Amino acid sequence: MAAMLEARDIHCGYDGVPVIHGLSLEVNEGEIVAIIGANGAGKSTTMRTICGLMHPDRGQILFQGEDISRLPASETIRKGISYIPEARRLFPRLTVLENLELGAFTEKDRSVVEERLSEVFSLFPKLKDRLHQTAETMSGGEQQMCAIARGLMSGPKLLMLDELSLGLMPSLVEKVFEAVTAINEKGITVLLVEQLVQEALEIADRGYVLQTGRLVHSGTARELLDSPEVRRAYMGM
Amino acid sequence: MDNFLQVLLDGVLNGLVYALVAAGLSLIWGVMDVINFAHGEFLMVGMYVSYWLGFILKIDPLFSWVAAGLFLFILGAVTYKIIIRNSLGKSGMAPLLATFGLSMVLKNFCMNRFTPNFRLLSGTILEGKTLSFGGAIISVPQLVTALFALVVLSLLYWMLKKTRLGWAIQATAMDKEAAELMGIKTENIFLLVFGIGGACVGITGGLMTSYLAVYPEVGGLFSLIAFVVVALGGFGSIPGALLAALLIGLVESFSGFYIAAVVKYVAVFAVYLAVILLRPRGLFGW
Repeated sequence: MAAMLEARDIHCGYDGVPVIHGLSLEVNEGEIVAIIGANGAGKSTTMRTICGLMHPDRGQILFQGEDISRLPASETIRKGISYIPEARRLFPRLTVLENLELGAFTEKDRSVVEERLSEVFSLFPKLKDRLHQTAETMSGGEQQMCAIARGLMSGPKLLMLDELSLGLMPSLVEKVFEAVTAINEKGITVLLVEQLVQEALEIADRGYVLQTGRLVHSGTARELLDSPEVRRAYMGM
Repeated sequence: MDNFLQVLLDGVLNGLVYALVAAGLSLIWGVMDVINFAHGEFLMVGMYVSYWLGFILKIDPLFSWVAAGLFLFILGAVTYKIIIRNSLGKSGMAPLLATFGLSMVLKNFCMNRFTPNFRLLSGTILEGKTLSFGGAIISVPQLVTALFALVVLSLLYWMLKKTRLGWAIQATAMDKEAAELMGIKTENIFLLVFGIGGACVGITGGLMTSYLAVYPEVGGLFSLIAFVVVALGGFGSIPGALLAALLIGLVESFSGFYIAAVVKYVAVFAVYLAVILLRPRGLFGW
């Protein structure tokens, strides 16, 4: 079976400065795939290129068999790709409800929007008490839940999560990763980028290790967790 | 006491008109960080549209504001497509100078085509009509324009705050990239915002021809006042623009009457300078 998402030898960078040098990866339907690596390895650049905020200089990105390399982000979301960027990027002076509504901007059917709202409230009950509060007035943890919920409002097939754990205290990190597992169990494929290597690999099926713009390891999450190199380089063991 | 009420009403009516002119400017600035230096000339074009419709086709300003609003919506959108889009993302001076250039072109085009003469429509439905209210005399054309301005402002505010499109516009203003991720085509939002900014002055200009003469330089003072209102009210805030415009209208009418007519703009700009010195983000800005 063909992969849901396939990047073929992509090269990309900012203003001619290359960041990713020939990266290929695959995400199959139903999986949780983690991209791990140190700061500056090119993880976020990879994510931004897949979702269409940037375009590859060379190479191809296929989603469900269709070439999406040149599509802008406002189109890839219509294909079923939802990207939750690093640092959440909620609309600070809009309310939680308005943020969620915009998450479903591409959905015109009101009843579908209502249905998705109740789904995200069952996942994050706390948001329900915060509906009419502006996003900037919430705590970091609540903002992260709101960001995930907003990312789900478009009804994505593939959810891309960038540094979920950033700025969260450990007890919240655990909660957020639990939520990701729950989302995946509902049939949504997940591609995530993380600096917390251990935690990420514990919920992932497979992983890729990225170093200065190149893949240096890939395998099942178990294999990576057991690999002495990965343990030494990223888990300090 | 009669004078006081008269001066108060004059200030409020003028203020409401200033508010709608400023709202268009404020919206464009708030969403795109672009100062449209041709805003006053857009107003002038709106007035000419309504003047010529009245003069040639005998359509009253009470109706031709629709055409003026529509025309300026299109002019705004075209301005975005041709001029603004190419200057965005470059130096901040680029759109500023580009719109300044556009203002020159529009002004001189009208000067060349229509002469610098003052033109006032005669025989309009509301011409010369007045209401008396507690001893004060209200000019009906001015009252109608002010009420229209209030209605359009309220609709604009409602659209921004309560509709999905309005949230999308606000989202684009706050974080363009995140808005793209929601599936919002921010390019279209910019186009729309420039169109709405144009329509605001188009409608105002269209109605103003029922009591004001149009000439190629008519936009200058209005745009200057609009800049003051926007800076005073806080960039991007519609309620801020409304309150600041009322304040400016009142300062203008009170200083003009109780001090001297020649100093009214001195007073307006003195208030502006004081606010900029004491509270640079404006009275109501975030």
